[in-house]
Amino acid sequence: MKILVCIKQVPDMESRFKPDSAGVWFSETDLAFRMNEYDEYAVEQAVRLKEQLGGEPELTVLSIGPDRVVEAMKKALAMGCDRGVQVQDPAVQLKDPWQVASVIAEFAGREKFDLIFTGLQSQDRGSAQVGVNVAEILNYACTTTVVGFEYADGVVTVKRELEGGIKGVVQLRTPALVTCQLGLNVPRYPTLPNIMKAKKKEILVIPVAELLHQEPRAVTASFYPPAKKGGGIVLEGDVGAQVEQLLGILREKTTVLR
Amino acid sequence: MKALLVGECKDGKFLESSYELFGFAAQLGAETAMVLVGPEGELPLYGGVVYLADTGKYGEYNPDLHKKLVLAAVAREKPDYVVFLHTSFGWDLAPRIGAALKVAQISEIVAVVEGGFELPACNAKMRRTVRPQGAIAVLTLQGGAFPVLKPGGSPQMHPLDAEGAAGVTFLGYEPAEEKGVDLAKAEVIVSAGRGIGKMDNVPVIAALAKAMGGELGASRPVVDGGWIAHGHQVGTTGQTVSPKLYIACGISGAIQHLAGMKKSGFIVAINKDKDAPIGEVADVLVVADVMQFVPAFTAKLAQ
Repeated sequence: MKILVCIKQVPDMESRFKPDSAGVWFSETDLAFRMNEYDEYAVEQAVRLKEQLGGEPELTVLSIGPDRVVEAMKKALAMGCDRGVQVQDPAVQLKDPWQVASVIAEFAGREKFDLIFTGLQSQDRGSAQVGVNVAEILNYACTTTVVGFEYADGVVTVKRELEGGIKGVVQLRTPALVTCQLGLNVPRYPTLPNIMKAKKKEILVIPVAELLHQEPRAVTASFYPPAKKGGGIVLEGDVGAQVEQLLGILREKTTVLR
Repeated sequence: MKALLVGECKDGKFLESSYELFGFAAQLGAETAMVLVGPEGELPLYGGVVYLADTGKYGEYNPDLHKKLVLAAVAREKPDYVVFLHTSFGWDLAPRIGAALKVAQISEIVAVVEGGFELPACNAKMRRTVRPQGAIAVLTLQGGAFPVLKPGGSPQMHPLDAEGAAGVTFLGYEPAEEKGVDLAKAEVIVSAGRGIGKMDNVPVIAALAKAMGGELGASRPVVDGGWIAHGHQVGTTGQTVSPKLYIACGISGAIQHLAGMKKSGFIVAINKDKDAPIGEVADVLVVADVMQFVPAFTAKLAQ
């Protein structure tokens, strides 16, 4: 059995974001990068499936981007993936979700994976399109927003998270692709021995030009902070003073304090 | 300009949120038609054309069959835009329609702006304007971003059919978990988010809730992390609340959380990140370390 898990490296969302010089995405200056949170659940689920099947499946982790994405891949390798594939692309932020999906599908089509895991969406772009489009191109069965996952004999049974806390239970046969929602599992922390082991694992580098044969279908025209709605009071400075100020405001504006 | 609106039914009911699609179409100034997989007794209040596939035959959401049904309506209507809400239904089906039509799909639109559509980026801390390259596009709209608009009237119905194998089998729904606490009745809710740092800090937030005579709420990450039980979760997958006072402690303000609490009477957010999206809905934003501010505030209340 062959399993692929697709991950993205994104900035820490606590960061302050500023537009880049072209004004179409964020400037990377002063940003720290990490694995997209949704993808950590995808990696964990893929590793658990490999463990469930006695370690037999070969588990590949793929990421597209500049050389810094290798750091995120090393984490996935330390969590239990067997080998990495970096699709080297210094300008991945200029590709639209369709192009990104086409690149993954071009690679995955050659390798004939039985099962592909992705995150539901990225934290920075949040299109929630890439996984579904990969499945559409490969003609794989696909379901999204997975919060429960079981596998037996080529049949995947998942719980999809719907609105209002309701879940939909659906079944699909491999080859299949699932997109993972937060809370699907508890992603493991890599142990030191596994981090050391991961350093010896193979990472194949493929230039994006070898895999990209699609034009963008949508383009980002500009990137900017949201318009401030205003009206809200901002309390800054000394904690003691903030406490007094907030108490005064709550006494004046609400009826919940006696 | 014409927009084909993809309405949503779940468990045999037409979802009221689908009327936001008409609100969006009105802002675009687009003519409309709707496509729906639902029961005949659940038609929208709308005098236009509705392509209806019967739920009795097509069942609940099934990506392969629903894709064919929507594409059949697209073939007859030839719209400029095919529009969904950005829900577990919309984000699952919209990319498939975009792929089949070989056109752009644009996700989670919050506004129609000059030069394109505005979308959130970076966990809603930023925005971007995106435009499709071709004349036709498949769009999803962020829930609540556009006003509910009920056009009124009775639809002209066109039955819709599709055949073919389905790669995904729907087995059934699993109901929401029992609510541990009925947050809807609380006058004050004090909620903990990831910004509290660790599970050991939950009692500090619970102590403030108690001092305020309120209930403890939680954002998704602290529930997923097992710090607080799911019964306390506020947001689209938890409870929707509107207390007199909502205090968000270390919650950045993901859209799913905001949707669950933004109708609260008065909102206080305590966050060290001045740019956190929670600031957009807060009446008061206290820029501070939650674990410094909250104990000090609770102590002051006790005096």
